Amino acid sequence: MEWSIRLVASASIIVIFLILLFVMREAATLFVSASTTATESTSSSAPSGDLVPESYDPGAADAPSSSEPEVYNPDAEEPATAEPAGEPGAPGQFIYASKNPKYPEIYNPDTGLLPADIDDVESEAETPDTLARQNVLTKLAGDSWQPVGEVPKFGLAPLLIGTAKTTIIAILIGAPLGILAALYVAFFAKRRVREFVKPAIELLAGFPSVVIGFFCLVTVASFIQDLTGVQYRLNAVVGGIGLSLAVIPIVFSIAEDALSAVPKTLREASLALGSTEWQTAYRVMLPAAAPGVFAAVLLGIGRAFGETMIAIMATGNAPLSSLSPLEPARTVAATIGSEMGEVVWGSEHYGVLFFMGVILFVFSFSLNAVTELYVKKRLIKKFQGQ
Amino acid sequence: MMQTSSSSMPLPKRLIGFFAVTIAMTAAVAVLGIILGMVGSFISNGGDGVTWSFLSEFPRNNNTEGGIWPALAGTTFLVLLMTILGVPVGTATAIYLTEFAKQDSWFARSVRFAVNTLAGVPSIVFGLFGVGFFIQFMGNGIDSWFGTTSFGDGSLLWSSATLAVLTLPVVIVAVEEALRAVPRDLREASLALGATRWQTIVKVVIPNAVTGILTGSILAVGRGAGEVAAILFVGVTYSSESIPSAVTEKFMHLGYHLFVLSTQSPDVDLTLPLQYATTLVLLGLTFLLNLTAILIRSRLRKR
Amino acid sequence: MAKDLPLKIEAHDFSFYYGAKQALHSITLGIPERRVTAFIGPSGCGKSTFLRSINRMNDLIDGTKTDGHMVVDGVDVYSKDIDVVTLRRRIGMVFQKSIPFPKSIYENITYGLTLNERPSKSDLDSIVESCLRRSALWDEVKDRLHHSALGLSGGQQQRLCIARAVAINPDILLMDEPCSALDPISTGKVEELITELKDTYTIVLVTHNMQQAARVSDFTGFFLMGSLIEFDRTRSIFTSPSKKETEDYITGRFG
Repeated sequence: MEWSIRLVASASIIVIFLILLFVMREAATLFVSASTTATESTSSSAPSGDLVPESYDPGAADAPSSSEPEVYNPDAEEPATAEPAGEPGAPGQFIYASKNPKYPEIYNPDTGLLPADIDDVESEAETPDTLARQNVLTKLAGDSWQPVGEVPKFGLAPLLIGTAKTTIIAILIGAPLGILAALYVAFFAKRRVREFVKPAIELLAGFPSVVIGFFCLVTVASFIQDLTGVQYRLNAVVGGIGLSLAVIPIVFSIAEDALSAVPKTLREASLALGSTEWQTAYRVMLPAAAPGVFAAVLLGIGRAFGETMIAIMATGNAPLSSLSPLEPARTVAATIGSEMGEVVWGSEHYGVLFFMGVILFVFSFSLNAVTELYVKKRLIKKFQGQ
Repeated sequence: MMQTSSSSMPLPKRLIGFFAVTIAMTAAVAVLGIILGMVGSFISNGGDGVTWSFLSEFPRNNNTEGGIWPALAGTTFLVLLMTILGVPVGTATAIYLTEFAKQDSWFARSVRFAVNTLAGVPSIVFGLFGVGFFIQFMGNGIDSWFGTTSFGDGSLLWSSATLAVLTLPVVIVAVEEALRAVPRDLREASLALGATRWQTIVKVVIPNAVTGILTGSILAVGRGAGEVAAILFVGVTYSSESIPSAVTEKFMHLGYHLFVLSTQSPDVDLTLPLQYATTLVLLGLTFLLNLTAILIRSRLRKR
Repeated sequence: MAKDLPLKIEAHDFSFYYGAKQALHSITLGIPERRVTAFIGPSGCGKSTFLRSINRMNDLIDGTKTDGHMVVDGVDVYSKDIDVVTLRRRIGMVFQKSIPFPKSIYENITYGLTLNERPSKSDLDSIVESCLRRSALWDEVKDRLHHSALGLSGGQQQRLCIARAVAINPDILLMDEPCSALDPISTGKVEELITELKDTYTIVLVTHNMQQAARVSDFTGFFLMGSLIEFDRTRSIFTSPSKKETEDYITGRFG
């Protein structure tokens, strides 16, 4: 009995692995097809060999499965039967289909693919365009994002710039507001005020992000435009403000927890030494809670760069490489959100979107690992002496 | 002996302190102001639009007229199925963590780490996971094994499953908090009377933690009802002629409906009243759910 | 009794309320300068409340109010134009539990000094040394001044807190059961320290330990249920109390 519940309890761990595995699996189609084309065009290929241990030859599909990359083993036996059968939607299909875009099965009937897109895909496959056959890492390193077109460009730079821009704006607004509000609630507010303000701000965490996005779209955008007279109504600042509304409750509640956890006696001791309320807060309480406040900001960053709906709705969603905060921007998450619905499942574009998913996952995982392992250790050290 | 005299606080320091406290207060007031402003703008612009016919009618004329009934129904089905799939797992995890695991054991720490990580994963990644795991792997797997055709595509089922995974941390944290609030004495008293561990959990711990399981479920439902990014490509649709009758059908969703109306429709200004009304309904729903959970929880904490 | 000594702190009909509950009933007494005055009494008798009223630490609790006068150096500390921060800088306080800041030993001592001004490094160094020497801690910690104060033992932490209070050079030291969390050896050291410090400071000590009051104090006040029952030279209180309640308490008949 205890084992069964232990098994269920491990669901969270399993899910983490599954997310990594399956998001990576879909992203990896990208690297397989890329290295395939790479071996076709040039003999000395593939920096992507990290992911694919042996350079992969399309002819090897018929060879013993030992020559196949490990990741694909579950589907390794299927291509021979799946291809002629042509059942749309068998798991192995997308992988194999993507290696040769000529196969009509590649498109999922349910995505409502337009005929024009098929032409695109086919023409791309037939004309051995050197750009289209570039190594995938080179493509990702490009400087423009134009996933649909004669020569699709998958440069991540504009998206990364857009993500950085909106995230920085969101943190610059959200972190100070969240931390100051937390300071006020934890130290300065009277109890009755605190009992009202704290749940009120925490309610903001329950606002659906699409609602915040809508608010930015109709209200904040007009307000900012009236204020600054900018050309683009939707831009990185509007997006950043929107994201900050998602960041504030996270920063607030984690920082407030950390600040309230500082023993009240420290406050008394400091006040008894003749310091003002602010000196006490700034020089004793805040440093004592610093690791927790730091964690709050880190998790706020995680929320800002991973948030999708607000970013889609309020940033203007244009993949520009501009550094100006008053020009439109597009984030990594928003790109996945707005393009995944229309992409050809199994295509290179599809793989790139999943690859960006891997980036988001790894980044949020790292942020969490830092807060869990480093920050908690610091906190414990702080209150137990070194 | 060197001693500085006890001096009175210089005026600038005092002013800095005063301003700093004022600024902190202003920050809190500003955040409250933003929240109130947001809610106020939704109520004043959308209040008139929320009528019985708006709630009970299908959208007409390409989503430019009519109501939100299928979106309301779809959202309800979605969160119900999500609760059925997710809450038992979350509850079991919380029970394991509080009742069985040694707090410092490698396994318990891993589970906690995983739960925290899961809480921080962007919801769009859950959406990709829904596509990669539920639709591509599970759905297509089921279809090819059983000869069905309906699982290898986005549906109510896979959206609920995706949201169940996404809201797992919410459930676990809430239930764990409730279980920890059950006094140790109660457990020890039960064990001392000769009850087994399982009997103690079933007869003593769980009845005392029911409110926690309820809070967790409500919070998860509140989160799930408003979540759009995770279900964007796992089965939601922008228009539907009917209420879903099977879990493998596609469905409409309040949040997605708002997203489509406000960004994807040809004439956004025309439908602005509908957008405000939809926002108000969606916000009202999540607000009520969260408020209920907060109230239950604060009662729990007082006890 | 203490008429011959100059008074540092005087309470006149001083009452204190937590909300509707009256915690102190018209206390009137005078605490002489540069002596150790101890307050004893059963828990909840109001002795700590009285102590915390002297430097207005009770202000931190919502819904409290006072009546009468609390006079320090001839000035009513509850009058409107009194600045609490300045008042607290003149009155050091040591708490029941040692509360070192989660900073280094050095920073703990210099905390109060650097609030208003920026003394030079050499000034700070010499103050830190003199304060630690006065609190008999110097030899124990001189090699680890920049280590966390939380690494010290309980007794050392408490002496550090005394050193920290002394560093801002107050006239008065309030001690709220400073030894209740300490072992007998550490208690002995703190008591020794109190005796040494009384030449410089007016010390007010709250204790539930009558032997301690008898050992270190010159004057003793006995509180019961919010009232000051008796206040006199310690010797008189413990040898010939004039009130029956005092006698009952010190002979262990209740409390």
